[in-house]
This record gives sequence, structure tokens and C-alpha cells, in this order.
Amino acid sequence: MFATVLQYLGTYAAVFASGGALCAAAELLIVRTKLTPARILVIFLIAGIILEAVGVYDYIYKVCQAGVAVPIVGFGASLAKGAIDSARSVGFVGAFAGGLIRTAYGVGIAIVMSYIVTLVFNPRSK
Amino acid sequence: MSEQTSALKKRNEQYNKYVETVTPKTSIAKALWHSFWIGGVTCMIGQGIGDIVALIAPSMPKDMISNITSMILVTLAILFTGLGFYDVIARQGGAGSFLPITGFANAMASASMEFKTEGLIFGTSVKLFSVVGPVVVNGIVWSTLAGLINLLILGMY
Repeated sequence: MFATVLQYLGTYAAVFASGGALCAAAELLIVRTKLTPARILVIFLIAGIILEAVGVYDYIYKVCQAGVAVPIVGFGASLAKGAIDSARSVGFVGAFAGGLIRTAYGVGIAIVMSYIVTLVFNPRSK
Repeated sequence: MSEQTSALKKRNEQYNKYVETVTPKTSIAKALWHSFWIGGVTCMIGQGIGDIVALIAPSMPKDMISNITSMILVTLAILFTGLGFYDVIARQGGAGSFLPITGFANAMASASMEFKTEGLIFGTSVKLFSVVGPVVVNGIVWSTLAGLINLLILGMY
């Protein structure tokens, strides 16, 4: 019992540290360079895709779990994993669909919920 | 003439001094700390949702659990955006609020809400991807490339 609690604590500490470190790195890029948030998102996304394509992402995920999966890096890795998996199973054409199929859950619900929220709420003045 | 220019210079100097006193001093360390803890807490919430889903449905495959986790996170972020809570987080969080998947959802929802006045088709539907478009396009292009390269290397051996 005590060991499992300790294990959970360790996992959550790793998640907090790694997720926070990624966000702090992005913040440092904003402060130090003239990169806009959209560019930084794309940089981290491509970093995730490259990490997954090279095969390093799985090892990082085992340690950091949601700390690397919740930031946009995890979205990129998920896209790349889907594309690679379906390219292997379906063949050449699978690479074009795989990433979308794997990430369709999150993107689909984001579009539908955004539409519903737009219908329900009015934009407030800032 | 020279008196005039010196007076002008003096006024400019005074104005610059005034501007310096008025501009808020943003300390880098503080901004880094805020984005660190807000990003970290967001990731911990994601991990917590994943653990709870795994407890409720132990037979569920791992991929499905991560899908449902991101769906719940996205839904929460969009609801918070609609209610106006997310702006409060984003003002403090900086990168901590836009790098996680919740920031992706917030960017979509806020863009679509902002252009509601221009109509549902030409406002909301057109502008929905105005902020996250680069992420989606680059993601699809680069992941397709990764899949094709992987297949190429696999085919050679």
C-alpha cells in the first residue's frame, strides 16, 4: 500500500517537473527571441514528431507520462505514431491517413465543442 | 534656435524617464515560474484524469485511455474559455497556458467565439482554424513525411 502511494507520488512529481520544464522552455523562447506563440507551437510539434519517428519518445513517455503527452509534443508524437503504424500495416497510402485517424478524437471534439460553446456563449469584452 | 533644441531635448529626456517609470517591469524569472507551475499543474490534471479513467475501466486499452483523457481535457478547456475562466489563467500562465493541449482547444474556441458576429459560416467556421491552422497543417505534413520515410527505411532492410 505504502509502496504504491510512493510510486504515484513519484509519477506525479515527474509529470509536474517535465510538463513545467517544457512550458518554461517555451516561455524562455518567447522572452529571449522574437518568436510568436504560433511558431513555438509548431517548433514543439515538429520536435514531438521527430522524437517519435526516431523512436526516443516511448522512453521519455515511460518516465514523464502526461508531462510530455499533454503538451503539444505529445500531439505531434501521436500524429507520427499513427502515420508510421498505418504506413506499416496499410502501406504507402496509410501514411497520409494514419496521423489524422489517431488524433481525430481530440481534434473532432475540439471542433464540435468550440461550435457548441460559440452558439451558447457570447464573446465578452476584455 | 539652440535654446529651442535644448529645450526639446530636455523634454524628450523627461518624457523617456516618465515612460520608464510607467512601464511595468516584467521579471523573466517570475514569468518562467508562472508558466512552469501552470504547465505542470495542467499536466498533472491530465495524468489524474488518465488514472481515474484507468480505475473506472481497467480493461480499456492504453491508447483509448489517452484518447479519452485528451478529449476530457479539451472539453474542460473549451468550457472554461466559454465561461471566461481561461483568460484569467492565460494572463498569468504565458507558455504554461498555450503549450498544453488545453491551449490548443482554447485558441480554437476563442477564435470561433470572437468572430461569431460575422456569422456562423463566414465568421465561426472560417476562423476556427485561424490560430491552430499552422499546428494542424505542419503536423499532418511532417507526420506523413515521417510515415513515408519509415516505410522507405523498412522497405530497404
